[in-house]
Order: sequence, then structure tokens, then C-alpha cells
Amino acid sequence: MARIVGIDLGTTNSLVAYMKDGQPRIVPDRNGRTMVPSVVALADNGLIVGNSAKEHLTRNPERTVYSVKRFMGKGLADIQNELTYFPYQLTETGGVIRIRLGQKNYSPPQISAMILKELKLRAETYLGESITKAVITVPAYFNDSQRQATKDAGLIAGLEVLRIINEPTAAALAYGLQKNTQGTIAVYDFGGGTFDISILKLKDGIFEVLATNGDTHLGGDDLDRLLVDLFVAEIRDRHEIDNRHYPDHMQAVRLEGERAKIRLSDELKTEITIELPEDKGRFTRELTRDQLESLAISVIERTLTPCRMALKDAGLNPKDIDEVVLVGGSTRMPLVRQLVEALFGKPPHCHLNPDEVVALGAAVQADILSGGTTDMLLLDVTPLSLGIETMGGVMSSLIRRNTTIPASAKEMFTTYVDGQTGVDIHILQGERELVKDNRSLARFRLKVPPLPAGVPRIEVTFLIDANGILNVTATDMRTSQSQSIEVKPSYGLSDMEVEKMIEDSFKFAAEDIGARKLIEARLDAESLIKTTDKSLAEAGHLVAREEADAIRMALSQLSTAKDGTDFRAIRARMAELEQAAKHLNAVMLDDSLKRGLQGKKVSDVS
Amino acid sequence: MARSMCWHCQSEVTGEYFCERCVKVQPVSKETDYFTCLGFPRRLTLDPKKLEAKFYELSRTFHPDFYQTKSTAEQTISLSNAAVLNTAYRTLRDPIQRAEYLLALETGSVKDIRTSPPADLFEEILELQDTLEEYRASDHGSDQGHRLRAVLQTEQEALERRKVEMESQLRQLFADWDKLQDTGEATSPAKAERNRILKQMRDLLSHRTYINNIVNDLAATIA
Repeated sequence: MARIVGIDLGTTNSLVAYMKDGQPRIVPDRNGRTMVPSVVALADNGLIVGNSAKEHLTRNPERTVYSVKRFMGKGLADIQNELTYFPYQLTETGGVIRIRLGQKNYSPPQISAMILKELKLRAETYLGESITKAVITVPAYFNDSQRQATKDAGLIAGLEVLRIINEPTAAALAYGLQKNTQGTIAVYDFGGGTFDISILKLKDGIFEVLATNGDTHLGGDDLDRLLVDLFVAEIRDRHEIDNRHYPDHMQAVRLEGERAKIRLSDELKTEITIELPEDKGRFTRELTRDQLESLAISVIERTLTPCRMALKDAGLNPKDIDEVVLVGGSTRMPLVRQLVEALFGKPPHCHLNPDEVVALGAAVQADILSGGTTDMLLLDVTPLSLGIETMGGVMSSLIRRNTTIPASAKEMFTTYVDGQTGVDIHILQGERELVKDNRSLARFRLKVPPLPAGVPRIEVTFLIDANGILNVTATDMRTSQSQSIEVKPSYGLSDMEVEKMIEDSFKFAAEDIGARKLIEARLDAESLIKTTDKSLAEAGHLVAREEADAIRMALSQLSTAKDGTDFRAIRARMAELEQAAKHLNAVMLDDSLKRGLQGKKVSDVS
Repeated sequence: MARSMCWHCQSEVTGEYFCERCVKVQPVSKETDYFTCLGFPRRLTLDPKKLEAKFYELSRTFHPDFYQTKSTAEQTISLSNAAVLNTAYRTLRDPIQRAEYLLALETGSVKDIRTSPPADLFEEILELQDTLEEYRASDHGSDQGHRLRAVLQTEQEALERRKVEMESQLRQLFADWDKLQDTGEATSPAKAERNRILKQMRDLLSHRTYINNIVNDLAATIA
């Protein structure tokens, strides 16, 4: 079977991992970096992803998308109160948020697909083989629409998504593989945008999830926003300028806040410096860990209620938990660790890299699916109750939350009026009594043969598969005929739309690769020009004038090529310049060595 | 599992979950009850450790994770078998759900176990409902609020004791049932005894659910 990779598609960063010699490993890039920033930017030459896109956050904020995971499976109304925080333009079509980049609108799965493609390419380059199958992780508390959107993203990226698995359970797999633990563990997963808690029983290679809970809208992003609000208010008071009118500066404020937050996990105080717009100088202040914590505590405390609910659903007390495992970048904060320790009454386990453990677990699950690992099995649960709308706008629960998946429920439907030919069914997810307080998943119309009222008997099976995604089938009990059901998702792309996006994605793939090679060539050319300029300035006098002229000539030719659109021409001119400057560089190295040795005794060098 | 024909090679299936001839997984029959599915006799006292071990063993047999490289037909069977297995385990793991399920199997009426108040508590519960309404309408900080809350708390404790009592009666009935099944007698006194146990069990389960609902309601209101 072809290799299956494991992908952690994160709010802030994404990673891809694979299995080698029974151990999961992260795929690094050329520079050894493991994380791909989950950022997509529309640059002059086209769409770029990851580290290079991250640079556009402040340069080009209206055309740089970050935290797209927060929009997966959602409508515009769901994010109404945070719209002001995003510098890019958001609209909605067919219940799905659309992000405007230049002249085109993109759905969140399309943006996520670009990140997935980047990871796919990274794995293909590193492993030297084509990658078409993947396991992708999602927050455990993701609902059906959010899971489906993730699966759509995979399809659009040209990946067959063999399994959607929950991030905390993935972490448990990686943890269990490493520590060979038996007993009950709690995985506390506090990431960039989401929070999950999962309680698992580990026994003889079986990872049985007992309960899970969370908040898909609670993460490090929320802490950054508190800092943004603080800084913006202070800047307004002190410098009489409202940063919110300058999207690029807002991004600078956000990034400085995020960096300060990260530094304060190791330090007790840190210096904040923000360049202000309109030549207003710069804003500086000291931020202490205490100050950050007094702001952050209200957000971090919001993670405790889901923890208590999960314990209750598992029928356990905090003392029954043998080990607490921390996952996600936000768990690096000392205050998070303190609160977790206070709740469970024991210090949490934090020897695993919280950024990497989810991707590693996804690779383990991928290995299970390809038949490599056979002694481990994950039994996960559905995080939310599934039901249908009944009379009076009440939700009738069919599959309760924390039911082990796959899970199914059957419901019999009939008619109330003679000759009625359809029954409308509204599927919901959530824990509340009333339909309006729960999440609408989808609607469909059950076809019924025209018969006297009460005579038709149509059995509908609601099946939640191992991905936590709902499948609906119906059978006419009188004829034993099954009927296909066309479900209309409330917050998702239709099958047709996904197909169109896959097509588009393949159509543009060739162009994209060209564009990407051009961008890379330009970046490399720029850095070569810079270093060669520097060498000429420092050591130009050490070579013959003709040689220096030849180098200048090659430099100017590369500059011209760099402004063109042919990446091959750029690479060719780069090679020429490197050749022309080879001697200069050697001379320079010699010279610096010589100067380095001056004043040193022979005994020091040998 | 009942003898049947393999969906794939059409030979008679002699193995438990797989066709011995073509090694394809077989669908768990719709007629298979949860006890049979998990390989336990129809008893009401089950060892949770053994039940769990069997559940894990069968999960390793049926879970879709292990069918990723197989045909679509086998994947579909694995998915639906795993769903049945999960429902079976969830039902049998809980003693109350287990008893309700057995009752449905034995008496044939699945959803008819109505929740009803025990006759001797009828008056008391009517009164309690009134107090509950009064408390909901009252100012919780006032003296009256405090007094009503104390009354409800006492009632809650009393009902919880009653629930525990019912559960211990149920456990006795469970033991009686298991003993009767073990002897396997088909005499008419045995049949009468069987019907007595099932009837009492049905009443007790119905009352217990009723009490349980009130206790939950009380707990939520005065929390």
C-alpha cells in the first residue's frame, strides 16, 4: 500500500509526519524547520504559503490569510463579533464563509487545501515519492460540518483523506507509543485557536476514549487579542493614534503581542516595541509575566469547565487520572500548567514537544491504517449529541455525546396525511433542548410512496463513521428498497462545489508550480545579489579590475533576469554570477583568515 | 452466530465471524441480540472486566481501521459490525440498560417501559412538584427561598435513598433471574417465577427511572 502521511492542520502552524522503523518522525524542510505557518498570501506572483507568506502579514495584511481554521464549517454569523480582528475581507455564500484575495473568493477549505498542498509537496520532496493519502487531525470538539470541511480541504489538495482523527487522541497515540503507559490519562490540548480535553483508558494497546469536551473557539489567538486590545488602547492614549485604521500596523501589534507572550513563558518581564504609523515614532512598554497572567487568567479558566464536564461524563474524579498530558503551544505558559496541576492534583507530563506530538500521532494512526502497526487500536467517541428536529422545535437525541464510534441509530418515519410523498428531516448536533440552540447540520427530504397516512414505514439509519462524520441511509420497510438521500449541508460546500474546486485546483496546479519556482528563484537571487554586493564592497580591491567588472556585469544581468518571469533564466544567471565571483570569494576567505590570525601566536592556531 | 451463507463465496459459514473458506468478514445478523453478539448468556450479573476484554477483542476483529486495505464490501461490513458491537457494549455495560434490554428481549415490547411513579409515593411527589414550582418562582436569596431550598434538599436525599433501595431490590431480582436461567427448568412453577421476576423488574425499572428523573431535576434546580 502506498505510504500514508499524518498531517496536523493547525490554526497557527501545520506539520506533516511519517513512520520510519516503527517510530513517527516529522518531515523537515530544507532548513530543518518542522512547522509550516498556516498562512496563505496573495503575492504579486500568485499564492504563497508558509514561512514566505508569513512575511506578508505586516506587508500585505489585506491579502494574507491566517487562522483560517477558525472559519472551517462556519457561516459569517458565527464569527460576527470578531470580524474587526481580521484585516482581510470576509463574505458568505451558501452558508459558507468566503475570503476575498485579489479578484477571487476562496472558501476556507480551499485556503486550507493550499496549506495541505504545501505539506504534501514538502513530504514528496523529502521522501522522494508521490503522496496521495493522508490522515488529518482535527480538534476533538469539531462538529460534523467542521470535519467535513477538513475532508473537503484534503480532496481539493489532491489527497485521499483516509481518516480524520482527533488531535488529543492522536497525541495520546504518540504518547502511548513512547511511554507504553497503562491506565487513565487526560490529554489537555490548548492550541492556537481551539481547546480540547480528552480522557482515555489505555490498556493492552487499546486507546479507549471515555469522554471528550472542549471549545473550538478558545486558544492562544484569544490571548493575543487581549494584548492587542491593551496595546491599542495605550497607543491611543499616549500617541493619539488609532492603530485600528492601519491594518498593517494592527498585524505588527498582534505579532509583537504573540512574541511577547511566548517570551514570557521563559522570562519574567519583556520589552514591547511597536513602530507607529504616520511617523509617530514608536510605542514601547515593559510587560511582566504577572501582567500577562492577570489578563490571561479569564481565558485560561474557560478551559476548566470542559475539563470538569469530561470528567463527569467519564464518571471519574480528578484523582482517578494517572497522568495528564499537555499538547499545543499554549500549554507552554506557566499559568496554564499551574491551573492544570491544581485541577488534577498532579503535575502534568510535559516531556513531549507540544507542537509536534499531534502530527506524530497522526503518523502512528496512518501506520495502523496501512497495516504496519497492528497492536494499537484507537476507539474514539463522538463529541456532540446527534439528533433530529421534532414537533415544537425540540431536538430529539439519537446518538448521545461520548458514544464510541462507529455508532448508529435507526429511526422509523411515517406520514400524517393521506398521499403524503415526502417527510422533511432536519439533523442537528448539540446538547441543548431546543432546535434553535443547537447546530444545524443538514436537511433532507425523505421520499415516501403516496399511501394512506401512517402506512409507509421508512427506516432511516444515522451512522457516525470512524471519522466522526455522519452518513444517512433510508430503507422502505415495506419493499426493502433503499433510497439514496441527498443531504443539503447547512454550513458546508455541496458535492458539486467541491468537485469544481478539485478541478480548479488541478487546472491551476501547473501554473502554481511555475509561480512557486519563480518565487523561490527570485528569493535566492536576491540573497545572492546581496552577498555578492557585500563581497565586492569589502574585498573588490583584492582582485583585478577586469574581474570586478565581470562580476558587476553578471550582477546586473541577474538583476534584469530577476525582474522577468522565467525562473530558468534566473537560475542560469545565478550560476554565471557564482562562477564569476568564485575567485573573489576565495580571496576574501583567505584574507579574513589571514587577518584573523594576525597577532596570534603559532601555538594558538595549531 | 447463526449458520448462513457467505456473501462472497456463497459457501456455508461455519466460522464465528469469518467465512472459513474465503476468510471474508461476515455481517452480524440483524437478529443477533447484544448478549449473543458479545458472547455472553442472557444473564443480568456480568463481570465488567470480562465484558470489557471481550469488547476489546471484538473491536480488534471488526474495527474499520483494520479494513482499510480490504474491499469496499468488507469495509462496509466492518463499519456496521463495529457500530453494532459498540451499541451492544454500551447497552450491556450499564446494569440498568442491560436489564431494560433483557426485558425488551424477553417480553417483546421495546419502548413500552413507561416511567411511572411508585403508587405509595404519588401524593408525596405531587407535593414535591408544587414545592419545586414555588421555589422556582421565589427569590432564592430570601428567607422563604432558603426554607424551600432546605425542604427540597431533604426531599432529594430521601429520594436518593429510595433509589438506592430500589437498585438493591433490582440486584436481588437480577440474581433470581440468573439462578432461574441456570437451572433451565421449564416446569410451570418455573414459568410463574419467571413471569414474577420480569413483572417486578419492569415495575422497579419504571419507578427507578421516574425517581431518577426527579432527582436530576431537583439537583439541577437547587444547584
